[in-house]
Amino acid sequence: MTDEEMDRLELDIENDNTEFLTDVDIDTPAGYVSPFASQGSDDLMFSDESAGNVAAPVYTGETKIEHLADPGVEGKTHMSQKAKNTVVNTIIHIVLVIICVVWILPFVGIVLESFRCESTGPVGYIIPQQWGFDNYVRLFTETKFGTWFLDTFIMGICTAVVQTVFVMFTAYALSRNRFKGRKFIMNLILVFGMFPGFLTLILLYTWMSDWNLTMANAPWGLIIIYVASSGMGYYIAKGFFDTISHSLDEAAKIDGASQLQIFWKIILPLSKPTLIYTILMGFMAPWGDFVTASFMANGASSGYNVAAGLQWLISDTMKNDYYTTFCAGGVVVAVPITILFLFLQKYYVAGVTGGAVKG
Amino acid sequence: MKDKEKKLLFDVTSPSGEVTSMEYLFAYEYEGEEYHALTPGGEAEDGSWDVAICSKQADGSFLYAGASDDVFEEFCRQFEAREEASAAGPARRNSNGMRIPKSTLADLDYLELSKGRKFLYKLKMFFLSIPYWFAWKFGILGRYIADFFVKLGYNIRDIWTTFQHGSWRTRLSYLVMGFNNAWHGQWVRALAFFILEVAFILYMIFIGSYWLAKFGTLGEVATITSVTQVEVIPGSGIFEDVTVVEHVDNSFKILLYGLISIALIVAFVYTWRLNVKQCMLIDQIERSGKKFKSNKDDLHSLIDNQFHKTLLALPIFGMTMFTILPIIFMILVAFTNYDYNHDGYNNLFSWVGFENFNELFTIGDISVAFGEILAWTLVWALFATFSCYFLGMFVAMMINKKGIHLKKLWRTMLVITIAVPQFISLLYVSNLFADNGVINAWLQKWGWTDSYVPFWSNGWIAKVMVIVVNIWVGIPYLMLITTGILMNIPDDLYESSKMDGANGFQQFSKITLPYMLFVTGPYLLTSFTGNINNFNVIYLLTQGGPDRYDWGQVGGYIAGDTTILITWLYGITTGSEADYKMAAVIGILIFLVVTIISLVVYNFLPSNRREDDYS
Repeated sequence: MTDEEMDRLELDIENDNTEFLTDVDIDTPAGYVSPFASQGSDDLMFSDESAGNVAAPVYTGETKIEHLADPGVEGKTHMSQKAKNTVVNTIIHIVLVIICVVWILPFVGIVLESFRCESTGPVGYIIPQQWGFDNYVRLFTETKFGTWFLDTFIMGICTAVVQTVFVMFTAYALSRNRFKGRKFIMNLILVFGMFPGFLTLILLYTWMSDWNLTMANAPWGLIIIYVASSGMGYYIAKGFFDTISHSLDEAAKIDGASQLQIFWKIILPLSKPTLIYTILMGFMAPWGDFVTASFMANGASSGYNVAAGLQWLISDTMKNDYYTTFCAGGVVVAVPITILFLFLQKYYVAGVTGGAVKG
Repeated sequence: MKDKEKKLLFDVTSPSGEVTSMEYLFAYEYEGEEYHALTPGGEAEDGSWDVAICSKQADGSFLYAGASDDVFEEFCRQFEAREEASAAGPARRNSNGMRIPKSTLADLDYLELSKGRKFLYKLKMFFLSIPYWFAWKFGILGRYIADFFVKLGYNIRDIWTTFQHGSWRTRLSYLVMGFNNAWHGQWVRALAFFILEVAFILYMIFIGSYWLAKFGTLGEVATITSVTQVEVIPGSGIFEDVTVVEHVDNSFKILLYGLISIALIVAFVYTWRLNVKQCMLIDQIERSGKKFKSNKDDLHSLIDNQFHKTLLALPIFGMTMFTILPIIFMILVAFTNYDYNHDGYNNLFSWVGFENFNELFTIGDISVAFGEILAWTLVWALFATFSCYFLGMFVAMMINKKGIHLKKLWRTMLVITIAVPQFISLLYVSNLFADNGVINAWLQKWGWTDSYVPFWSNGWIAKVMVIVVNIWVGIPYLMLITTGILMNIPDDLYESSKMDGANGFQQFSKITLPYMLFVTGPYLLTSFTGNINNFNVIYLLTQGGPDRYDWGQVGGYIAGDTTILITWLYGITTGSEADYKMAAVIGILIFLVVTIISLVVYNFLPSNRREDDYS
């Protein structure tokens, strides 16, 4: 697969509000130098052919230099420029390799340590002396990881469904309707969004324990907490709805469609990228949430989600027995999430960049 | 329709630049000397549209016609103010409508200044604009308050005139809500009003009044201890004293249900006001002889022109119950002495005013700890945000550079690290750098250090380490975000700058960076406030440690060198002697810090100030 193909796969997002991703082709095939490119093309500007020769397929410096008034001086500049570029590119390649090693190393470490059989605690080396699946067996037999994993999975599904509904509803209402109190609601969400969310848990814990939804039953209480306020995260979806042309609504309205029909039959089908992004975020939230989950479980290990559970496994008292088990748990959690993520990556990129640009 | 709508928003901008209060205007036309504003007439509940006409006469006075509700008057008021302002001549204002200081230099003179002087001039103007900025903000605040009272006045007047001129059914509806609707067969509205009224009255009589009565003191008697004699074995005749502890008041519940009761009263007053508006509407329709809306219309409007109400009902309800109410509750807690020793059940808590704030700011160890933690929180947020930002951009630029091979591979490598849940990587990295962790073992094996490096147990090293690890976490995100934006920078900018002899660094600082700051300004702000509340990175790496015993304990929790406000809040709440009142105070302070920074930065963001530069 060439660079170009790979980049297109990665970044070519279906929706039209990300045209910036397809605007400029950064990956030109080797040998082709665009006269408008930022690097290595200045030589062309001295060439009288360059203006009409925009798509010159192959350019070699030597042939062009003959046209220049002072080939000697310019030639040297050109050669040193090219050599400089090569050196810079080599350095960048080396840096990139180092970066990738640094970034990937911890994950390789987790995987390797999860296969270590000779000891269970933290040790001063990464490569196991004895390999085996002991830790994975222990993970499901000695700890409650199976429960945590299943609970978190259910939490993820429920959160994804309800949160998506809430976010879409809120975003649509605030984006495409103008009504009294709209600005008030938006300001209210903005202001209360600036309080640390953790603050609410003190009261919510009391409520949830009244309904017996804490400690061992925490996962169910957590679902309620995750989804109840999820409408507050409407910003990215609203930003997307804002970009859909209003003439669509008006055309449908003239044809006698109700607002519900416009929402359901016109806007939602157009919003697939942001819909998938919202679902993905909703599903992944419970997997990474540590603070709410550990607070609501309040030390009852059967009510943990994977984050709180695995953190518990390497707390100071448990560490020596369960460190490698933690690594195995990390792998079991990370693999499905990573695969899911890589599949839906382009939607994630669209959501994140859209959110970043619009703020 | 759209052009008119646009024109409306532009035209009705008040002198202070606020268009928000006018956005319920539906359409707006300008014909000769006449302004036609078609407004949805306050509520538009009957679906009709009031027409307002506002024209300027030859003698300079204004002539109004059309509906005379508060919406219209508000429009006229703003219209008049705008005309006056335009007569007074244009004031220097920025795009937000904020007044900006008069420049002391003409544009041409400015261009002739040297670089350093230009910078100094800009700096001077920046500081000069600060008082204007505050004046602008307070002006808006003041007008909000004034508007509130003006609207309140309109409402009270409307309630009175409706009663005065209304039919007997209207007057009865003031007591029995929804009666007038029921009389005209609008059962859906009538039932909604009536059920709400009955439910509210029943709630207030049987539940609300009890809690409200105790709200002022948060309870007086916690427990009643009584001693009764109980026969040990029935029929044995041997009696024994048994102490029975009966719980009476519960401060926590009094505070909570008192708050809910107050919220319900506010909601009821609002509903009652809606009911009165309905009556006014019915009276108008009766006089005009028009047809009433049927129940079917009412129900259908919920999926059509009132669809937003259907959509927002559940999300807003969830938000109110699970965010707004708990936060207001915690704000109130900050003014009580609710903690481990006053749990509200065995020992009541009560109102203490500003004592907790006083304690945090002035009293001994806690205030020292607070000062240092606040400072570190800001330093941390600053470094965490900008280090990730610049390095992430740098990595993205390296990958984007022409002549770099395997772009997809580099990107995928970094993106994978986003996919893995953060807590796993953070916990693992935390262990890698532990005193007996892998990194220390390697360093000693290779002979680089004699003893272990205290990555997490030395305050300064730990502070640097959390920032470094955060860079590790953050760069892939920034790489993702900036890649697309970097590609969007027009290449000819670089091209022409290169012709002018700019080197790589100059290109970066003059083209790339300003462009990026402009586009990602809002992201930087949210990222900064997000880092103030970045619990995961700090807590999962260090748990806030290394502990600072000289700060003493709050709520049984010892804060440490890397503790930021949010982890302090967590520690205080989950500590062995949880101190909820202090947690609430810290929560409020976090809110204030985040809000102030957001407001100030947002108003000085390049995206706000120089919108035309890059369009």
